[in-house]
Amino acid sequence: MKLIQRKKRRFVVALAMTSLFAGTTVQAQTALDDILKSKVLKVAVQTDSAPYGFVGTDLKPIGLDIDMANYIAKKLGVAVELVPVVSASRIPALQTKKADLVIATLGKNPERSKVIDFTSSYSPFFQAVFGPKSTSIKSFADLTGKKVGVTRGAMEDQELSKLAPAGTDIKRFEDNNGTVAAFASGQVQFVALGASVAASMMTKNPQLATEYKLLIKESPNFIGVAKGEDKLKNKVNEVLDEAKKSGELDALSKKWLGRPAGDLPL
Amino acid sequence: MNVQLDFAAVLSEWPLLLTGVAWTLGLTIASVIIGTLLGIGGAWVRARGFGSDMAPAWLKAVVTGYVELIRNTPFIVQLFFIFFGLPAAGFKLSAEMASLIAMVVNLGAYATEIIRAGLEATPKGHIEAAQSLALSRRQIFLWVALPPALHKIWPSLVSQIIIVMLGSSVCGQISTEELSYAADLIQSRNFRSFEAFIVVGALYLLLSVMMRYALNWLGATFLFGRR
Repeated sequence: MKLIQRKKRRFVVALAMTSLFAGTTVQAQTALDDILKSKVLKVAVQTDSAPYGFVGTDLKPIGLDIDMANYIAKKLGVAVELVPVVSASRIPALQTKKADLVIATLGKNPERSKVIDFTSSYSPFFQAVFGPKSTSIKSFADLTGKKVGVTRGAMEDQELSKLAPAGTDIKRFEDNNGTVAAFASGQVQFVALGASVAASMMTKNPQLATEYKLLIKESPNFIGVAKGEDKLKNKVNEVLDEAKKSGELDALSKKWLGRPAGDLPL
Repeated sequence: MNVQLDFAAVLSEWPLLLTGVAWTLGLTIASVIIGTLLGIGGAWVRARGFGSDMAPAWLKAVVTGYVELIRNTPFIVQLFFIFFGLPAAGFKLSAEMASLIAMVVNLGAYATEIIRAGLEATPKGHIEAAQSLALSRRQIFLWVALPPALHKIWPSLVSQIIIVMLGSSVCGQISTEELSYAADLIQSRNFRSFEAFIVVGALYLLLSVMMRYALNWLGATFLFGRR
């Protein structure tokens, strides 16, 4: 009797383990079919990076990324479900299948391309170091010994870590709000931010007398899809291609950023 | 079952992990020492038969306010208040200093209540016996009441210290380079979050067990003796 029980228990444990790992297994390109079947497209968006993704006066997420998500869902003929994420949880949201697409000012780099796939780009973006007007910073070498705040895991974190000299005191915070709060309260002297976050920080805190200092990288935004989901990727690329030709991408860019999308890389 | 675990990608970042362990341990040890002393002081003020009967009213009010404020607000709010809030009042602290102060202040409040319980459990006869031997109030507190009190409450104080150590994991949010910060940084670089958190979870477990043994030994050896 005992033996049977033990065997049973072992079986249950094995079953639990299998289902645990099954969740992380790469399934062969079923995302698009699942979306069309359930009629819901789950899109990870950020709510702390105006004007791409932020919270409007009615407490609902709005912005360029949200418009983009709605546009793609409309073209696929499905409803959209927004999944709020912070900068550092954008890629995990894809890996854990919490979202089908990430539309959250996601830049493309080789490290990220190893773990997720990217569609073509849909909006322009750049990252830079910002600081008080009273300081004179001409090059990255001038950052030696200075405290520079950055959002951990964001593109500017990885690029700044490469560009800044070894003596730079890089302080990493959990999300953009933390990074901006650290700069506003004087805990760091400079911040490395995406253009959009910096712009809203400067308009909201004119007393900080902040200005653009050094360009880190031009990095247009791409839409992230889970690794190997080529069917979904190609479908989204089709939609983007069409939107580019019809002028929809330029219109979105003008609406939120005040300038056309320009020449976006594929 | 074809999930591929790549621990090498995480373990190759060992200098980051080591720095993380050092900060977590260092912050904890410093806050244990200062926090426990703070707790003993607070406990004297609040304990019946000790400060509660002789300390000035304003001191009792301050300690009561401190204990209630800290024990009824979340640690992360206390930490953010010190790091993001106090600079507005002109106190600018580094992330590490803010973390240390938050941990000391937090542990101090809980230790006050834990040690107070131990002091109030002192049999009246012990105090009276000490008084009849003409010991001073300070001698009675330090040599008669405190050691058995610490002995009684040591396990719960040690548990509280472990909680504070594990709680220090949120200090990474304000860029203190402790162990969770290392985990977050590593997984944001190589996206190996499963492995990173397994490794760091194991390190926390190891640290907690070691800390418990060390504190039990230290307490018995230096504070109240073995029975």
